[in-house]
Amino acid sequence: MSIEETEQEIIEEFEIFDDWMQKYEYIIDLGKSLPIIDEKYKTGDKLIKGCQSQVWLHSELKDGKIIYTADSDAIITKGIVALMIRVLSNHTPEEIMNAKLNFIEKIGLTQHLSPTRSNGLLSMIKQMKMDALAYSSKLES
Amino acid sequence: MSEAKTILKTSIDLKKIRADFPILSRKVNGKSLVYFDNGATAQKPQQVIDAIDRYYKEQNANIHRGVHTLSQEITIAYENSRSTIQKHLNAAYSHEIIFTSGTTESINLVATSFGKKFISQGDEIIISEMEHHSNILPWQVVCEEKGAILKVIPINDSGELLMDEYKKLLSDRTKIVAVTHISNTLGTINPVKEIIELAHAKNIPVLIDGAQAVPHTSVDVQALDCDFYVFSGHKLFGPTGVGILYGKEKWLNELPPYQVGGGTIKTVTFEKTEYADLPLKFEAGTPHIEGGIGLAVAIDYINEIGLSKIAAYEHELLLYATEALQKIEGLRIIGTAKNKASVISFVVDGLHPFDIGTILDQLGIAVRTGHHCTQPLMQCYEIQGTVRASFAFYNTIEEIDEFIIGLNRAIKMLK
Ligand SMILES: Cc1ncc(COP(=O)(O)O)c(C=O)c1O
Repeated sequence: MSIEETEQEIIEEFEIFDDWMQKYEYIIDLGKSLPIIDEKYKTGDKLIKGCQSQVWLHSELKDGKIIYTADSDAIITKGIVALMIRVLSNHTPEEIMNAKLNFIEKIGLTQHLSPTRSNGLLSMIKQMKMDALAYSSKLES
Repeated sequence: MSEAKTILKTSIDLKKIRADFPILSRKVNGKSLVYFDNGATAQKPQQVIDAIDRYYKEQNANIHRGVHTLSQEITIAYENSRSTIQKHLNAAYSHEIIFTSGTTESINLVATSFGKKFISQGDEIIISEMEHHSNILPWQVVCEEKGAILKVIPINDSGELLMDEYKKLLSDRTKIVAVTHISNTLGTINPVKEIIELAHAKNIPVLIDGAQAVPHTSVDVQALDCDFYVFSGHKLFGPTGVGILYGKEKWLNELPPYQVGGGTIKTVTFEKTEYADLPLKFEAGTPHIEGGIGLAVAIDYINEIGLSKIAAYEHELLLYATEALQKIEGLRIIGTAKNKASVISFVVDGLHPFDIGTILDQLGIAVRTGHHCTQPLMQCYEIQGTVRASFAFYNTIEEIDEFIIGLNRAIKMLK
């Protein structure tokens, strides 16, 4: 499935929720089920510091595709992290770098990506793309 | 509101008061706003909004500069505001009231100017473990520049200063003590009078950070005998961008200017400048004119209700909320001092404050989550952050009920 297709799938999943409660319950469930990052990667250099909640992100290249694992100390942040991973993980660096990630806005979670939210999500997306960039230049050389 | 009113001992005209604050009728995420983030900034009554509006529509001119009518009128209005603030704090002279941009700037001013003249290698500065970053960093900078040492008064588990430890810290090397009147995170009301007396017994001046105190209690700087008292307008129902430094005349005369430029001088030649008398010596450039005027209006507003009534009412809110929160399983209140203002911080076992705050926000309830700019204090409690509800006199028992329902709902969702 392409990145856009996964985004579309998520948008459709969220369409069935008629209030914010259900939406957040779903995100919280996702947060609880996120494949936790291997403890050995929960170190300072994998930490993306938000003012309030923190995110740990690890990436690996497998057969030309990037596999992300991550964790957060806040469950809602973790749920949104899980969505990001579902969309971006297992794609080529090229695809990840070009991803527009409109789905966050479409499912009504834009406020979580505002720089003032200080939950580390915005920085996480940047880091995911930076990792992709790093791998792509590695693949080229 | 009739039902809740019966349990209240303080009579306060909530209906009228709430009508004075337009923002309180706003909807947030489709719900009526419950604003419990007063510790971060307070809402503004219509009277303050009108004063700012009037300033731009009818009064705008620069102060202390012109011969024309508008300039003279606004200079008088601005200086009257200074007098209102002087009377409110019971300062001896109006020139002891310096307009700044806020608490943070007031502390930076004192730390920088005092540091320049009075701090040298090996000297000591005393602060406390519960200080806001704004009352830590400026002193840290002075210490780094001058090779001085920062000493920290520790607290007990309830969040009260250990006064015996404070006494031990006061030494011949101590040059200044800077502590908060009320903790923004814990709500603790510190025994500032005693702190000042102990320091003065050794001829050490004291700065009190009153940012969280002025909205809740009346302050008499002469009775306290503090050397500096600082606060922000925006937490006192006034405009943002304006704050106050009260300083004893004797100190303000001794301190060198902080920022210099227009307005701070008597005569300037390229060789030498003679600085203006107080308060202008510390007020470089065009000030936040409508801010100063709006702040005085805010002060008049709270004085009309009466700070003793406000304090009594808020105390009832505090007790009511504390009792309700204590019933929630796994919830721990951070800051249980005997003497507390209407600020409650708490953590819930296994839950992140950020998650709780996010769900409450969906319910239209505004609280603060995080470290509240008191990271050393968080380290002391070994927590990442707290959820903080801070009440003002326009908050109600019903709002606390809603908050408790919302909180229980959030906990259920997140557990
Ligand atoms: C105790 C205390 N000191 C200082 C400050 C800083 O105030 P301001 O940001 O208005 O300068 C605050 C504000 O949160 C505070 O609560």
